[in-house]
Amino acid sequence: MTSSPLLAAIGGLPADAGEIVVAATDVHKSFGKLRVLKGVSMTVRRGEVVVIVGASGSGKTTLIRCLNHLERIDEGRILVNGHLIGYRDRGGRLIEDNERNIARQRQEIGMVFQRFNLFPHLTALGNIIEAPVQVRGQPKAEAVATARALLTRIGLAEKENAYPAQLSGGQQQRVAIARALAMRPALMLFDEPTSALDPEMIGEVLEVMRELAREGMTMVIVSHEMGFAREVADRIIMMDDGRIIEEAPPEQFFTAPKQERTRAFLARIIDAREGVAAGKS
Amino acid sequence: MAFDWGFFWRYLLEPSSVYLHGLWLTLSLSVISQGLGTVIGLFAALGRLSRFRSIQAVVRFYVWVMRGTPLLVQIVFIYTGLAAGNIFRFEDIDLGIIFLPGNIQAAIVALSLNEGAYMSEIIRAGIASVDVGQTEAAKSLGMTYWKLMRRIILPQAARVIIPPLGNDFNGMLKNTTLVSVIGVPELLLATQMVTSATFRVFELYLVVALYYLTLTTLWGFVQQWIERRYGEPALREARGNGFVAGGLQRLRGLRLRDRR
Repeated sequence: MTSSPLLAAIGGLPADAGEIVVAATDVHKSFGKLRVLKGVSMTVRRGEVVVIVGASGSGKTTLIRCLNHLERIDEGRILVNGHLIGYRDRGGRLIEDNERNIARQRQEIGMVFQRFNLFPHLTALGNIIEAPVQVRGQPKAEAVATARALLTRIGLAEKENAYPAQLSGGQQQRVAIARALAMRPALMLFDEPTSALDPEMIGEVLEVMRELAREGMTMVIVSHEMGFAREVADRIIMMDDGRIIEEAPPEQFFTAPKQERTRAFLARIIDAREGVAAGKS
Repeated sequence: MAFDWGFFWRYLLEPSSVYLHGLWLTLSLSVISQGLGTVIGLFAALGRLSRFRSIQAVVRFYVWVMRGTPLLVQIVFIYTGLAAGNIFRFEDIDLGIIFLPGNIQAAIVALSLNEGAYMSEIIRAGIASVDVGQTEAAKSLGMTYWKLMRRIILPQAARVIIPPLGNDFNGMLKNTTLVSVIGVPELLLATQMVTSATFRVFELYLVVALYYLTLTTLWGFVQQWIERRYGEPALREARGNGFVAGGLQRLRGLRLRDRR
């Protein structure tokens, strides 16, 4: 692995813990009577970039939120870096783990949200050093140095003292990515990271993500950016009605989808794009 | 008896030691009870937001009782009632440097418990005003409950909590008069003691009213300063334009970017 701008800022990729980063088997999840995940299994290998697509309501956001236990699961098992996430196995029965263990596991999993969720009372720099200092107990000077290096690499070095409200959406999302990276995660989760952005700001966020992917970060991304998915993903996962219905490398996924519903979904997305383009002209 | 201006001015400007002691008691009771009430309110609010039904129920019961009965009844019940029922008697405590009579302890307990119920609702509203995404972001970074409360949620909730807390303290300054019934010689009881010796009720109650007015007015200035510095008026929040962004704007005197 070549030493690379973004990950160099946090001292390179975290040490290998194993080849398989995410292993989910037969995950079920309901919100009340609504069954959102109906037996989802997926594997993500180290360095792999997996993009999850699907119509809204297909369960893709719920799935990614289960990967760091922001949602409880009803059945199945999710292992990240070989450790059961959020639960302990008591003779085959899963019992929710204690808060401290869950928190420790989450330290290894970075998450970027659709609505950025930067801490509004902290500056850009304050946002990035918060968890390394408060959670990891890193010396402040060291955390600040790392944060500055990250800010430089996402092109926001001069914004370190700016509060989130003073940053554009694209800038906020880039800081949010840096905030997650500062914890040196083994896995990065992106939940529709560009959906809340003005069109002209999407590019700058995707650029940072593209850079990360190039540098070998393991990433799971829920996104509607098909062009980006095609370019960056190693594998695309198509979800429909709480199940994974198709899984393929991007070329195959976009040019020769096997499932009828995938074809319909892609056609709809392309129609919608053209509709937008036509409406604008 | 004609209004005695000389008497009025003398007691207003050169208060006797009984009076000054009363003033000191009123102030210290208010500050201590407000402080303890805020701490009780914080835990009650967290209990109310807990996912355990039993904890929620206990807090709900406490708030229901404290807000549904008169403070005066609570004060007498806690000091005189409990003792008469042989349940608990507040004994004088002598700590060497400070002497705490039983009735002052009871006064602090009653005022704090009562205030805690009101503060719990205020703090709960403050915490609820913070976007749930903040909790999720903090959790995803590996923060535990207490850390994310202390570092992320409460600093943001403070902007919503501080204005009504200030109003409650204004109320507290005046509510301390109620503990006069259990013999705590705060400002009101001090006045009563002087009137019983001088019979100058009109003049002395005018003096004591002016004292309270001065206290609450001074507090009003302090509150304004605190709110300018940390708080966020409820009005601004009601406009729904991101109270935190608004607060920071006020805080830093900066113009916000126009965000969609």
